[in-house]
Amino acid sequence: MADQAGARNAAHSPRTAVVIGGNRIPFARSGGAYAYSSNKDMLIAALDGLVARFGLQGERIGEVAAGAVLKHSRDFNLTREAVLGSALSPETPAYDLQQACATGLETVVGLSNKIKLGQIDSGIAGGVDSASDAPIAVSEGLRRVLLDLARAKTTQQKIKALGTLRPKDLSPNAPTTGEPRTGLSMGEHQALTTAAWEITREAQDELAYRSHHNLAAAYDRGFFSDLMTPYRGLTKDANLRADTSLEKLATLKPVFGKGLDTPATMTAGNSTPLTDGAAVVLLGSEDYARANNLPMLATIVDAEAAAVDFVTGEEGLLMAPVHAMPRLLQRNGLTFDDFDFFEIHEAFAGTVLSSLAAWEDPDYCKRVLGLDGALGSIDRAKLNVNGSSLAAGHPFAATGGRIVASLAKTLSERGGRGLISVCAAGGQGVVAILEAK
Amino acid sequence: MADNYLDLVNTPLPGKFAKALGLPRPSVLRRYTPGEPIAAKPVLVAGSGAGAEALADVLLSWDVEVRRHVLPGEKLSAAVVVLDRAVSPADLAAPMLELGQAARVLVPGGRVVAVFRSSADTTDPSVAAARQGIDGAIRSVAHELRGGATANGIILRTGATTTDATTLGTLRFFLSGRSAYVDGQFLEVSGTPAESVAGLAAATTAVGEGVPDQPLAGKTAVVTGAARGIGAKIAEILARDGARVVAVDVPAAGEQLAQVANRVGGTALQLDITAPDAAARILEHVGGRFGTLDIVVHNAGITRDKLLANMDASRWDSVIAVNIASQLRMNEQFLASPVLSTTGRIISLASTSGIAGNRGQSNYAASKAGVIGMVRAQAASFDGAGRTINAVAPGFIETDMTAKIPPLTRQVARRLSSLQQGGLPVDVAEAIAFLASDAAAGINGQVLRVCGQNLVGA
Repeated sequence: MADQAGARNAAHSPRTAVVIGGNRIPFARSGGAYAYSSNKDMLIAALDGLVARFGLQGERIGEVAAGAVLKHSRDFNLTREAVLGSALSPETPAYDLQQACATGLETVVGLSNKIKLGQIDSGIAGGVDSASDAPIAVSEGLRRVLLDLARAKTTQQKIKALGTLRPKDLSPNAPTTGEPRTGLSMGEHQALTTAAWEITREAQDELAYRSHHNLAAAYDRGFFSDLMTPYRGLTKDANLRADTSLEKLATLKPVFGKGLDTPATMTAGNSTPLTDGAAVVLLGSEDYARANNLPMLATIVDAEAAAVDFVTGEEGLLMAPVHAMPRLLQRNGLTFDDFDFFEIHEAFAGTVLSSLAAWEDPDYCKRVLGLDGALGSIDRAKLNVNGSSLAAGHPFAATGGRIVASLAKTLSERGGRGLISVCAAGGQGVVAILEAK
Repeated sequence: MADNYLDLVNTPLPGKFAKALGLPRPSVLRRYTPGEPIAAKPVLVAGSGAGAEALADVLLSWDVEVRRHVLPGEKLSAAVVVLDRAVSPADLAAPMLELGQAARVLVPGGRVVAVFRSSADTTDPSVAAARQGIDGAIRSVAHELRGGATANGIILRTGATTTDATTLGTLRFFLSGRSAYVDGQFLEVSGTPAESVAGLAAATTAVGEGVPDQPLAGKTAVVTGAARGIGAKIAEILARDGARVVAVDVPAAGEQLAQVANRVGGTALQLDITAPDAAARILEHVGGRFGTLDIVVHNAGITRDKLLANMDASRWDSVIAVNIASQLRMNEQFLASPVLSTTGRIISLASTSGIAGNRGQSNYAASKAGVIGMVRAQAASFDGAGRTINAVAPGFIETDMTAKIPPLTRQVARRLSSLQQGGLPVDVAEAIAFLASDAAAGINGQVLRVCGQNLVGA
């Protein structure tokens, strides 16, 4: 028995999954350049740009996984439909995934695991979101009437169904960013956390400023020329303010946390605006990359997800990555000092700073994370070196693809090891390790 | 961009009016479709001697019906005038007069091709007079032909024969719809270097016997400025001919570039060709993905037109930087790299503006004339090697750029050529695809005008 199991394990010993490259469309501010683009349009554009970059026309990819957070009912089978609309072979299977803002990173994790297991040789992971083209649901009352109407067989039945319609039923349910269980928006949730960790306005503005500065510098040195394909006339992330300054950021009025006892510190400048965009990453086994003469930028080493109880207020909504991180590091026998680059997604500057503060706090780490002491601190010079969500924008499900592709390219250029942390609505978070190939 | 007048005169009634009024009557040109026969009707081979006999035999082997004299009541697809043995101006009379008879019975889109030797390769005044005389005669015939027919010439340099691989490849190009907008032009042909013989058999066999419809199969081509216009068409035609295309353009044009790459099954490479590392990135991409770089098409170019009196430094500098300085820098790096094939082809876009000059285009003309200078100097260094470098000089081509010319000026510019119309991007692309093929191995340092024998730059 033992021998048989051993043989089976040897036959299926995990392979290495590598990041070959990525592509995204520039991120647009909601209501901007992509106001009339659907999730499907944008995902097709991102896929087609990837296909063009790597010459994958007509090729059957092992699997494509992507998703959207704000999703229409018409976006049934969104990813498969996007594959059919792209230049990939129509024989490429695809599936949708939804884990709020962690969607993109989770697709990378899922497909790289399949590659490691030998189930597929290549995969395209990614995500798309449109805050502009958000779905609007009809009211519960109107929905019931419409369903009754569809079922009605006679004219009389139809008239009767329509007769139950009330004027208030005609107002639609607009989408909100509020958490279903608390009714609080993500920004208000983070404001609670920001206040709890006593993160200053200055520190948040400083982080936002660096995000813009780093992103602008990355554009200037052509870093994105093989990571991005323009779309609808947009050639750069629309949210980027290359000329912003700490003085300018300091003039902005707070928008979140105004009802708290502490001073409100979160502004439109140190929070990410609603954004439209799509990003995809090409993954493969080493053999696939070699057989097709494709580059290998980085290895996907490991990943970990976590969730926290934010409903009772025991933990902040966006603090789940803080919990996932020690579990990931421990499993891999690593500490923060073993990393050369950190990609911490900023839904808000306060999120990053709260996370860093938590990892640096021995009391919290002992009490909440069950560690012996502080997890450690992160060298700020290694953090989000090519800009991040504050400057680039944050089309929810597209963020993971942006981060993985950018980090993989950074690692291929400069070597070393990188750590990714993405927070997500619903009190969830995903963290992952990439290594230079 | 549509040439409405051309469409109009090719309908019955307006066509009659145009004829009665003596207005220009441009024809719809015969353009290449893969698999088309080289000549549907018989082809006249005029001229005498071993060269003419040998050429007639090759045409027969291509399944072409060959005539040595014009037969009464018979239409001709083409007339090939072989004058490689002309030693005195008196030798031209018989073949030229025979050609005159053939010109009357040429089908629409017919072809006249003269094959003769270069006056530069003789010191005998009489021989030179004969050879140069053919040049003038054929240019005149090109002006006279109607119905979309063209007249061009193949000039044999020292040692080249009428049946060398390159001679035959060039003859095929001139006879086919690939040369639709090439008129009144001459290509000098040298004996083919041994390194380039591979694939030539295929290039010179008849359709159906070999693979002449995919003459670039297995080759990797880089096309700059490929996102739109002529560049996009070049990418398409090279891909149609079998090449793997790396489409290059600036990151800002990435969306259209991706569409082009996906249409032709190639790869998109977003980069600014004026960046110092442009060639290195192209070599890295091509070397890593495909191993060898076989064809480079320097198509990317810009215009910043202004009268010289009003020209500022930024307009001058940007045109020079994009149109010529970038090519010089990239070629240097390509040639130093083992990735560039030993039979590599470099084809650069010049312009008739660079030949004749053009008001308000001193900067553009400097860059395009510069291209011609570069090509000739580089060609000399390639002499005897397997590599070639040539330029294609488009005349008035219907593109987004020429669509911006004021309407009346545009109409006049179109009618100024022997074909009385503007060319299409595909016409430029076909000429480039020909120069990129193995069949053009003996063509080096040439500037081929694709201009419909426009009066400008003649």
